[in-house]
Amino acid sequence: MPAVQETIDRVRSIDIDQYKYGFETVIEMEKSEKGLSEDVIRFISAKKNEPEWMLEWRLDAYKRWLTMKEPEWARVDYDKVDYNDIYYYAAPKRKGPESLDEIDPEILKTYEKLGIPLREVEALEGIAPERRVAVDAVFDSVSVATTFKKELEKAGVIFMPISEAIREYPDLVKTYLGSVVPVTDNFFATLNSAVFSDGSFVYIPPGVRCPMELSTYFRINERDTGQFERTLIIADKGSYVSYLEGCTAPKRDDNQLHAAVVELVALEDAEIKYSTVQNWYPGDNEGKGGIYNFVTKRGDCRGARSKISWTQVETGSAITWKYPSCILRGDDSRGEFYSIAVSNGMQQVDSGTKMIHLGKNTTSRIISKGISAGRSQNTYRGLVSAHKKAKGARNFTNCDSLLIGDQCGAHTVPYIESKNASAVFEHEATTSKISEDQKFYCQQRGLSEEEATALIVNGFVRDVLQQLPMEFAVEAQKLISISLEGSVG
Amino acid sequence: MADVTNLRSPAEAGLSKLFESSRKAFASEQAISREEAFRFFEATGLPSRRVEAFKYTDLRAAITEAAPPAEAPSEDAARAAVAGAAGFAEVEAARLTFVNGHLVAALSDLDRIPEGVTVTPLNAALAQGDARLKLLAPVEQVRENPIYQLNTAFLADGALISVAPGAKPQTPVHLRFVGTGETAFSTATRVLVEIGAGAEFFLLESHEGPSGLTYQPNDALDVRIGEEAAFRHTRLNREGDAAIALSTISVRLDARAQLETVNLVTGAKLSRHQIYLHVAGEDANAVVNGATLLGHGQLADSTLLADHAATGGVGREMFKTVIDGDSTGVFQGKIIVRQVAQQTDGKMKSDCLLLTDDGQMMNKPELEIFADDVACGHGATCGAPDEDLLFYLMARGLPRATAESLLVQAFVGEAVETVTHEGAREALIGGIEAWLAARG
Repeated sequence: MPAVQETIDRVRSIDIDQYKYGFETVIEMEKSEKGLSEDVIRFISAKKNEPEWMLEWRLDAYKRWLTMKEPEWARVDYDKVDYNDIYYYAAPKRKGPESLDEIDPEILKTYEKLGIPLREVEALEGIAPERRVAVDAVFDSVSVATTFKKELEKAGVIFMPISEAIREYPDLVKTYLGSVVPVTDNFFATLNSAVFSDGSFVYIPPGVRCPMELSTYFRINERDTGQFERTLIIADKGSYVSYLEGCTAPKRDDNQLHAAVVELVALEDAEIKYSTVQNWYPGDNEGKGGIYNFVTKRGDCRGARSKISWTQVETGSAITWKYPSCILRGDDSRGEFYSIAVSNGMQQVDSGTKMIHLGKNTTSRIISKGISAGRSQNTYRGLVSAHKKAKGARNFTNCDSLLIGDQCGAHTVPYIESKNASAVFEHEATTSKISEDQKFYCQQRGLSEEEATALIVNGFVRDVLQQLPMEFAVEAQKLISISLEGSVG
Repeated sequence: MADVTNLRSPAEAGLSKLFESSRKAFASEQAISREEAFRFFEATGLPSRRVEAFKYTDLRAAITEAAPPAEAPSEDAARAAVAGAAGFAEVEAARLTFVNGHLVAALSDLDRIPEGVTVTPLNAALAQGDARLKLLAPVEQVRENPIYQLNTAFLADGALISVAPGAKPQTPVHLRFVGTGETAFSTATRVLVEIGAGAEFFLLESHEGPSGLTYQPNDALDVRIGEEAAFRHTRLNREGDAAIALSTISVRLDARAQLETVNLVTGAKLSRHQIYLHVAGEDANAVVNGATLLGHGQLADSTLLADHAATGGVGREMFKTVIDGDSTGVFQGKIIVRQVAQQTDGKMKSDCLLLTDDGQMMNKPELEIFADDVACGHGATCGAPDEDLLFYLMARGLPRATAESLLVQAFVGEAVETVTHEGAREALIGGIEAWLAARG
């Protein structure tokens, strides 16, 4: 069944030609030498005042990276990046703001334009108190501001740029950095390990429920730079945190590289909710420019009864290569992945998740909705695996895609590997298969099958998206009501 | 995987040697290019798990030595081997008997071929340069498959079957493949089937061989189904317990053509059955089912590629796998819907029942869709028999083992109950029952 007009209009309204965040901020920047070498890595490390062990860690990663090859298995086709023709470090020249008043006013203006509240007062005025969000704003290679630090400190929560954490909490960083995504995990993660410049560090102490949502806003501004942020979130026993991430970049004709690594660690009974609205510049309608988004995100449910939930709304980037995953190591741990990926123009998305069941009675759920329009290609690629010892593992996967127009493509590449009989895996890609019982219940009350299905799916997706903070809600709202009729796997 | 350079394995080196030594015998052939096929194979080698399409079935590791092509057996040896062959024995059919990959005329019903059907031994067709040999590789993607190319390079025997337009013979043709011998051998057979417009044709295929012998059959079936014609194909894999059985079926469907192919696997240590479909004409209909029952140490791989290149095609693919002992089931399915193939309705399903904790199931159901007005879907499930259902049956006085057998039968039965030919259907159900009985 073809898409209805309402859906087509909605997708058009988020068309890439209407990219609102494509402006550029003109400020003086300090950059590393172009290209990648040990010297550049030493330069970055020195800029960050890093201890020796961190520099060694980076150099080791760089040596490994030199022996690695760029992966080609994803269903994306792009001009390869010349890794010696980009800047690996770019930071605003005015340095070390002690307070918001010292931040370059141009940067403040930029974040104002983007609608990101950097002033705590504004944040209070703009949003109801219970929806307060602490923001870490990363501008190219450095964090320019982190809000609500003091209040968070009171609760014992550490929320700061990772470059600061390396200096102030070296033991925590040493213990957890690279423990979820090893240095040699993949080409882009290894590159990131060598050159990462900033990103957020979060530590939630045992039993603490983080008093507000934490968020990082990534902005690529400078020409010919790559952004290599690194985020590390540790939720200690029995704690809870909700973390949000947003990203934008100026409109340019060249492609820019974004190769981030995000590591999440949930100890016993802890829960991490990680939400992303990814809105990097997707390039123009002819496929010129746009961000290459090659990101490694992985969560480790290390303790029993821990939970990690990934929610992503993907609308930007020329190329997306991204698989937020969960390692379900602790018994009774739970992983979730909710994704809406919209591609338009010449965008290519290859995204999905991995749920690796290692512990007993681990459960996971994957809900993925792909919508392709224009001449874009949208691929869901996912792995669900149950180890021999993962007794009682359960997974439910549902991935639907919708095509709008006859020039685009929607693809599904799921891998389902079960190595013990007590694991129960269900994978479905047709809307008509969603919980027959619920559907029957709705139909009993007079809804058509289509309406019943839409109600169940939309109800579920809405539930997840409603947990996004205000500033993301507008963007996300445009997507949630997209109807799912005519879905194909 | 051009960047993966492996050293040649002993089996690969052995295959090259075997090909060199057989080259002279094929020198006069014009119709097929064994040379090209072997060069292709040599370039890829035996696929290992680093090759995506063979991720779960590592042929490089499984095939440790190149078994020499089997010689044609003596008539007595052939007769003795066939005496023990039970596949589709109860079904009335015109049989073409292949022993160790060679057509044995004396044990075949070449003079009892149903009306409207002609059968030409492949060797005769090759010698004459039969025009129908153009039917080779009717699906583009199969030409990139190393197993198929290896079959072409070592092709020893087979048959060309033509069904006249409009003919509807109700007696099936039975391709009976039997292996026999004391030492390892390999076979390479090819059967080409051309079905004229509006015709209907039943084909049975059984594969059997001795236990304890590491033989390597490689069978290929190339089919072209004409407009409004129907091809109904039932296949039985009961190879010996040490066999490495590779098979490929590639089918081109013209407008409003119908395909029904069902494969039951209980045999072989390692088997890989590859199905390639090319939906070339509009409103064609394809039913592709597989039922696999595995025990100790077996691995069975069902790999399917359905390429929809015309409007209104309907595809129904259902694969059922039952895993017992430390066996491994693999299902890889891919539906491609090209931009022109609007209104395609494709449904692919792979269900697995794991009876023990030692077994494993690997599912990879893929969709690749370029048309917007389609209804395609896939489903995959995996788990142990439902305890509630077992309890229900046991509460009615059945022992647990019987209850489990009933559930397995019902589970697998779904994949074979669509077989149109009653005798063939009964034979498959019999095969399932025999497997369950042997399991005890």
